[in-house]
Amino acid sequence: MSLYDEQLTRGAGARGSEAPGASTYEVVTEEDLLTIRHAVRSATVEAGFGLVDQTRIVTAASELARNAYIHGGGGSLTVELVRDGARTGLRLTMRDEGPGIPDLEAALTDGYTTGAGLGHGLGGARRLMHEFAVDSDAGEGTTVVATRWNGR
Amino acid sequence: MSTPYPRDGGVPILRLGDVLVTGLLNELDDKSAVAFTDELTERIVADSARGVLIDISRLELIDSFVARTLMELTTMARLLGARVIVAGMRPAVAITLVELGLRLTGVETALNAEAGLVALGWQRMPQPSGEAPRVSLR
Repeated sequence: MSLYDEQLTRGAGARGSEAPGASTYEVVTEEDLLTIRHAVRSATVEAGFGLVDQTRIVTAASELARNAYIHGGGGSLTVELVRDGARTGLRLTMRDEGPGIPDLEAALTDGYTTGAGLGHGLGGARRLMHEFAVDSDAGEGTTVVATRWNGR
Repeated sequence: MSTPYPRDGGVPILRLGDVLVTGLLNELDDKSAVAFTDELTERIVADSARGVLIDISRLELIDSFVARTLMELTTMARLLGARVIVAGMRPAVAITLVELGLRLTGVETALNAEAGLVALGWQRMPQPSGEAPRVSLR
């Protein structure tokens, strides 16, 4: 699986080519979902988050990555450490080139699903993070940017 | 016939009387979740199990997929005549699940594996009496 290998390599050495503290991971296969959980967990530990916040952020990342995998035909997740004055946080940016979300309001409503999940993915991920923005146009793919701040 | 360890790196399913005891590890990918469901339902039938204890104290994350797996598994087991108890959820996982909006409807839970086994009808071993301490039996 060359794509998977490439993604592992990128995951390990992504820092050089991007903003400091940012890493990008491809979501192409189911195994990538596991890789992403590990990577995001490490990033939350590095950012100094407590156990509950770690779990919130990893769970949100898992939901976003699964959405991109199932609905968006795969995509990429960028994980970055962010600073705003004295506080630090972790920002997840999930991009896919899929069909987009035709009805965003509905997609953020609990119980709404077009796939095999429970319909809590997007709305649930929004509740687990402090800031949450979805940019989606039909046919143009979807970008979700979600941030959680530490010690707020 | 089901083999004892068909799932790669999974927790074996043990039989204690009419109760099956198993667990989930920190990593539960989609394939493992499906394999786990298949194996457990087969074992419920093969062993005529009346109860199933699933220890999840090692599970570090329950996202909507894992939640769905647990809910479906509980329903399937009930249709096969077995009662499922999910035991040992980590506090951080419980907090996250609620915020995610998932209530694991229909899934019975217990604080830990011991409490789960008691709920399924297993009793603590009677304490050895004072006259015959365990050491003297050696």
